[in-house]
Amino acid sequence: MYEELLNKQVVDLKPSGIRKFFDLANTKKGVISLGVGEPDFATPWNICEAAIYSIKSKKTHYTANKGLPELRKEVSLYLKKQYDLDYSAEKNMIITVGGSEAIDLSLRAVLEKGDEVILLQPCYVAYEPAVLLAGGIPKFIELKSENEFKLTKEQLQAAITDKTKAIVLNFPSNPTGGVMTHEDYEPLIPIIKDHNLIVISDEIYAELCYDGKHCSPANFDEIKDLVILISGFSKAFAMTGWRLGYLCANETFIAHINKIHQYVIMSAPTAAQYGAIEGLRNGQKYVDEMVEQYKLRRNYIVSGFNRIGLKTHMPNGAFYIFPDIRKTGLTSVEFCERLLEEQNVACVPGSAFGNAGEGFIRVSYAYSIEEIKIAIEKIALFMEQFK
Amino acid sequence: MEENILLSLLEKNARLEVKDLADILQESEDNILEKMSELEKEKVISGYHTVINWDKANVDKVSALIEVTCQPEREFGYDRIASMIYAYSEVETMYLMSGRSEFIVMVEGKTMQEISNFVGAKLACVDGVTGTSTNFVLKKYKSAGIVLDDEKDSADDRMIVTP
Repeated sequence: MYEELLNKQVVDLKPSGIRKFFDLANTKKGVISLGVGEPDFATPWNICEAAIYSIKSKKTHYTANKGLPELRKEVSLYLKKQYDLDYSAEKNMIITVGGSEAIDLSLRAVLEKGDEVILLQPCYVAYEPAVLLAGGIPKFIELKSENEFKLTKEQLQAAITDKTKAIVLNFPSNPTGGVMTHEDYEPLIPIIKDHNLIVISDEIYAELCYDGKHCSPANFDEIKDLVILISGFSKAFAMTGWRLGYLCANETFIAHINKIHQYVIMSAPTAAQYGAIEGLRNGQKYVDEMVEQYKLRRNYIVSGFNRIGLKTHMPNGAFYIFPDIRKTGLTSVEFCERLLEEQNVACVPGSAFGNAGEGFIRVSYAYSIEEIKIAIEKIALFMEQFK
Repeated sequence: MEENILLSLLEKNARLEVKDLADILQESEDNILEKMSELEKEKVISGYHTVINWDKANVDKVSALIEVTCQPEREFGYDRIASMIYAYSEVETMYLMSGRSEFIVMVEGKTMQEISNFVGAKLACVDGVTGTSTNFVLKKYKSAGIVLDDEKDSADDRMIVTP
C-alpha cells in the first residue's frame, strides 16, 4: 500500500537485469566472475596518497560548485592533449559525482515532458531509466553485430522524428566494446546538425581504445556546441569507488546544468578531487600500463572464446567482449543462468542491455590472464553439450 | 612481434604457456617458441625463476645486503674484483654502484653465523676489497614487484556482477 504513496514513474521503473543476475550469482559460493564492470586494478598509489594528504591537510570542505579550479584546469589540459578538444576550465566544465551524475544532469537539463531521446541498444543500463525520470521518451536504435555495433547514417535518419531532442552515445561501448572512428562519425554529423540534436556523449572508456585514438563527436566543430561530453576517472584511472567524473559543454549549457548540480549535489567529493589532480599531473604512465594490460587480455580472451566455439569479434575499446551465443539455441538469460548453475561462472546476459543484446552475453576482461584462463576452461566444458 | 611485451609477460609469469602467449600476442605458437629460444640463446632471457616467500616455507634462511668498498685496478677497473666475489655461490645478486660503496652484494645463508663467516673469511679477503658493511634483512616486504604476505590486499573485493 505504501507504493501508492510514491511517484508512479519510480514505482514502474524495472529493476535492471544486471541486478537480478547479481542476486542470483550472490547466492552461490566460489563463483568465477567475468561479470564486473570495473577495473581490477587498484587506484595508483600516488592518487591515493594525494587524497590522503589532502585530508590530513584539512582540505575537507566543499569545493567550488563546478569543482576545484586546479582540477578543472588539469582536465582542460588533458582533453586538449589527449583528444585535441578545447574546453575552458572556467566556462565549459563541471566536475561531477561520477559520469552517472553527469548523465542525469544532462538529461534533466535538456528534456521537456514528452521529448524523445534516441538510445543505442545494447546500451548501458542507466540511460533508459534516466530518460524516463527526466520525463523523456526513450526511442531505441538496435545496433547490429554485423556492423560491429556502430551507428549508421540510415539508422539515425530513420529514428529521428519531430519530437527528437537528443541522442545518447557511448563509445567505446559498454557492453559491446564497439567504437566509432572519425570516419564512422562523419556521415552522421550533417544529420545531427540539421536537426539540432543534442548529443550526450558518454566517453567514460575513451582512454581504453586499442587500435587508434579515441574520437569524440565534439571533435567535429560543426556540432561541438551541441555535444555534452561526459567522462571521468573511474575506468582509465581505476577510480570507480571515488565517484568522480566531469561534464563539458558550451557556456550556456554549463550555466544552466550547473544550477541543478549546485542544488542537488553542491560539489563533488573534495578528497577525490585532490586525488584526481595528482592522477592527471603524474598518472599517465599508470594509465598507459593498464591500457596495455587490457589490450593483451582482450587479445587473449577473444582468441579463447572463438576457439571454444563462441563467435566473438575483436572489439576496439572498453574492457568487454560481446560473444554471440545464438548457436546454443538458448536465450542469453538461459545461457548465463545455466553457465552459473553448471560451471559456477558468471557473465551478464546481453538482454540486460536491451532487446538488441538478446543472443549475446557481456564478458568483462577486467581480470588477470590467469583468472580468464580458468573461466574459459570452464566455459569450454559448458559448451561441450552444444556440439 | 612485440618483443618487449613478450619479455615483460614472462618476467611477470614465466609459467604462461606458449599457446597462451600466442593468444595474448596474436602470433602463432611456432613464432613464440622461435622468439623465446632466440632470446634465451642471446641471454636476453637469462633464466626462469620463482618468487618464493621463504619465511612462509619454514625454511631457515637469512639474507644480507653487504656494501663492499674496493680499490679499482688498472686495466680491469672493477670487473676483475667483482668476478672474484660473484664466483662464490653464496652471492645471490651483485651490483656495481654509484654512491658510498662500490659494490652491493646480496648474500644468502642458513644462519647469521654462516653469513658472518662468509664475509670475514672470504669476501673481506678478496684482493682489492678495502672494507665491508653488512646489513641483515629483518623482513622482506616486496620482491620482484610482488608484495609478500599480501593475502588481505589481493582479494578481489569487487561485487560479483556490476553494470
